[in-house]
Amino acid sequence: MPFYVAPEQQMKDKADYARKGIARGRSAVVLQYEGGILLVADNMSRTLHKISELYDRIGFAAVGRYPEFENLRLMGVRFADVRGYQFDRRDVSGRQLANIYAQTLGTVFSESLKPWEVEIVVAEVGDTADDDEIYRITFDGSIVDEQGFVAVGGSSEHVSNQIKDRFDARAPLSAALNAATHALAHENGEERELEATNLEVAVLDRSRQHRKFRRIHGDRLTALIEEGKRGATTTTDASDDTNTGGNEADQD
Amino acid sequence: MFEGFEGGRMPAAFMSAGTSSFTEFLRAVNPELLPGRHLDAAGGGTEHLTPDATTIVAMTFPGGVLLAGDRRATQGNVIANRDMDKLYRTDEFSAVAIAGSAGIGIELARLYQVELEHYEKLEGRSLSLEGKANKLAQMVRGNLGMAMQGFVVIPLLVGFDEVTEEGRVFSYDAVGGRYEEQRYHSIGSGSVFAKGSIKKLYRDDLDETTAIKVALESLYDAADEDSATGGPDLHRGIFPLVDVITEDGHRRISVEEVARLATEVVQGRSVHPDGPTARLD
Repeated sequence: MPFYVAPEQQMKDKADYARKGIARGRSAVVLQYEGGILLVADNMSRTLHKISELYDRIGFAAVGRYPEFENLRLMGVRFADVRGYQFDRRDVSGRQLANIYAQTLGTVFSESLKPWEVEIVVAEVGDTADDDEIYRITFDGSIVDEQGFVAVGGSSEHVSNQIKDRFDARAPLSAALNAATHALAHENGEERELEATNLEVAVLDRSRQHRKFRRIHGDRLTALIEEGKRGATTTTDASDDTNTGGNEADQD
Repeated sequence: MFEGFEGGRMPAAFMSAGTSSFTEFLRAVNPELLPGRHLDAAGGGTEHLTPDATTIVAMTFPGGVLLAGDRRATQGNVIANRDMDKLYRTDEFSAVAIAGSAGIGIELARLYQVELEHYEKLEGRSLSLEGKANKLAQMVRGNLGMAMQGFVVIPLLVGFDEVTEEGRVFSYDAVGGRYEEQRYHSIGSGSVFAKGSIKKLYRDDLDETTAIKVALESLYDAADEDSATGGPDLHRGIFPLVDVITEDGHRRISVEEVARLATEVVQGRSVHPDGPTARLD
């Protein structure tokens, strides 16, 4: 005989369940840089992607259970390609995709016994930095229009705080990557060293023709990480003189 | 907001592991968007409904491949369009040009474009050049019913093979037969003349600029003999379009560059109307 469970309790249980599931995995970060939008995820696998291309200007980043967000990714690519074929390539927008993701996750959350343990980001690069759009969609279908940067995952709040100190929308790619990896490496208050092999990195490059999405891996990624580290040491030195409140030095 | 988006869920097909082919997917969820769907029932004698696109040439050169097309579309004896673009960049390392029924061909090329990109996004890697060529063959075969009614579309596929690091050319017939061409090929109503022209000018060691020049000479010859092929229009500033694919990817040659070379060709013809002669020795 089924017991009565108050709806509030039911929702709370589901939310707790989803949060716990998401917290088991590593985080991902999406942020603006001078040339577009950078997507970084802490991912050991080279083939099971957390970051992918949805359409010409639109990228996707996800954390949580792989099969669940992979389903969402397929849905997004299919939706975008049908839409773009039916009308025009310019008629596919990040806002539409974020909306269908939010609706889908919202429906799953309220109707299924088990909510999906995923958190996703849809990012669209515009013609100028002001036109960039970054949406964060959580397991219950809430959608947030983020400004500049966003972190998703179990300890996203902590990661966000780490990025906030170093974020600069006009920073070069290496500096933005350094800010992102620094935040991911100190995710749970731990001290880790993230190398190229642990990272999945892609950019939505404003200056590119046709499709803006490009993965960065191998030697180029290693070189960018090195460049970012060198840049970070020099800027920290410089900011020590000018900015007394800068706490980057403490964390390094 | 989207057909079928009811009750807060996309149709199940969107989320299933399913197919990585866009055409298959479209057939399942939105079949009315497929090219030529409504014309099946149209009966015979409908080929006058859409203009014809004409001469396309393609040739390989060391390190790459080139695709060029004239700009004219005709409807019977009438010039339907003077500045049509018959070349389609299908992905970073391939391009397609179409000859035959323009209305169907444009849709076919667009669908093929999405098909390649869709596969690449879903699978995380692009199709091999052979795979791309076979896929196009299937799509042409799918158009057979239309071809029987007079809407024949013949594509020409060029691509840079990243494995062998060379440019390759594939031609097709109306039933989807796929043939790999060596060195050069031409399709469309002026193709006989264009191919004859290339045959006399082609060298195995052409550089990119000379290859473009050869293509422009051959298109000039095609336009000279075939009323459905347009030559360079200096007065209106309408020139053939040229796409080049090398290991750096696909590139459309700028209007200025083509204009400069095409003007040279036209000036050369004012002295020798039949163009450069091949040496006999």
